[in-house]
Amino acid sequence: MVLAHLRLPALVAGTLAATATLAACGTSASTASSPAGSAAGASSSTSTMTMPVPASTASAPSAPVATDHVSIAAFAFGPTTITVKPGTTVTWTQQDEDQHTVTANDGSFTSSPLVTGTTYTHTFTAPGTYAYHCSIHPFMHGTVVVTNG
Amino acid sequence: MAERGDLMTRLDEAGQALVDREVDRRGFLKCASWVGAGTIWTVSGGLVAACGTALSGQGAGSATSTPSGLYFVQISDSHIGFQGTANPDVLGSFSKAIADVNALPQRPAFVIHTGDLTHTSTAEQFNTVKDLLGTLKTPKVVVVPGEHDTVMGPKPYLDVFGAGSQGDGWSSFDMGGIHFLLLNNVVDVVNLGHLGTAQLEFIEKDVANLRSDTPIVVFAHIPMWTIYEKWGWGTDDAAQALSYLKRFASVTVLNGHIHQVMSKVEGNITFSTVSTTAYPLPAPGTAPAPAPVTLPAGKLADILGIREVRYRGAGRGFRLTDDHVS
Repeated sequence: MVLAHLRLPALVAGTLAATATLAACGTSASTASSPAGSAAGASSSTSTMTMPVPASTASAPSAPVATDHVSIAAFAFGPTTITVKPGTTVTWTQQDEDQHTVTANDGSFTSSPLVTGTTYTHTFTAPGTYAYHCSIHPFMHGTVVVTNG
Repeated sequence: MAERGDLMTRLDEAGQALVDREVDRRGFLKCASWVGAGTIWTVSGGLVAACGTALSGQGAGSATSTPSGLYFVQISDSHIGFQGTANPDVLGSFSKAIADVNALPQRPAFVIHTGDLTHTSTAEQFNTVKDLLGTLKTPKVVVVPGEHDTVMGPKPYLDVFGAGSQGDGWSSFDMGGIHFLLLNNVVDVVNLGHLGTAQLEFIEKDVANLRSDTPIVVFAHIPMWTIYEKWGWGTDDAAQALSYLKRFASVTVLNGHIHQVMSKVEGNITFSTVSTTAYPLPAPGTAPAPAPVTLPAGKLADILGIREVRYRGAGRGFRLTDDHVS
């Protein structure tokens, strides 16, 4: 049949739009693999290799969670927003098959690309709100809120 | 028939549909064609592909049937260094794409790679890409960076591909009466693509003295029209850049990033993204995140693609032909 494979998604902005058919859409499975390397952090940051750990408890994207651990899984930081006290060292654990970074939006801290099973830590000393993202996948966002103590 | 009917209804609604016809390509692909703002697309089997159209009256594989007019090739999103089930051999698939370009009946005037040359911006990945691009049978290779090429800043990219560019890697050139802009819209990206003030000033000055009938082609990695903001599939200051191009009769914006063919016509501007040589991403909004998609065995080649672009002359625009990587 003509165009049996062709699918046209919702038109964007009311104008002509066409896209290729994807035979199977969805996220790829995240599979654990042996850590292949580590990444150097900034002066107050370190990256180490660890075994993967279970993802943090899921939470609403905007609901802050008091914790010093963030998982990187399924192309998302979880919890998305955390609260910590000054002087807290936050640990991000990378569990995805693909690599990710933890990069402050203002450039004040960043990890190197993290492979599966590695962690990145950063110590927050001053109160404030620190927005960060993955520089490899900039649609991934997170926030660390450092309270007044 | 429902899908076909749906397609044509949507095209009619957009006021762009002109013709569709069955054309066998390599024995298994079928096509539909339409035009907008002087551009012809031909759609086939999930990729836009060469097929006959009522306008051109040419048959399958028509790239060589129109020897006049500038002819170039677009490739994109090779992601050298990617390791994952979505494509365990991105180096092999990129090599196949290059072989396909080299096997085209006509040698392109140049080849453009629209970014994400590498996956994580290492020097080794950049040098691998540079070596492979050096095997292309074309007099000229140009590139623009993707966000995967500037993971730790632009320096590793500029060290290998920055010659002749300004700022963080933007430039322009003229060929065949067409003015080409090579943009870097991954400057300090935290979600949507971004050009920045310095680059916007460059664009304004760069086109200031061009005649309004000069065809303009813009290359940038991230789409310069908002496809899906949540996934960062757009450029936050694109409107400012495009405002400098409003007076030109023909503007064609060619991007990568989303690993699928998607097009839009808006006034004098034609936007179109090209497929990838690496791995598929989901259609906008169909997954929790734009993560690499692992297709069933043997299906990956169905979505990998390269694009031929031919200028058809003043008032006739460009013909875009997207082919599968063999």
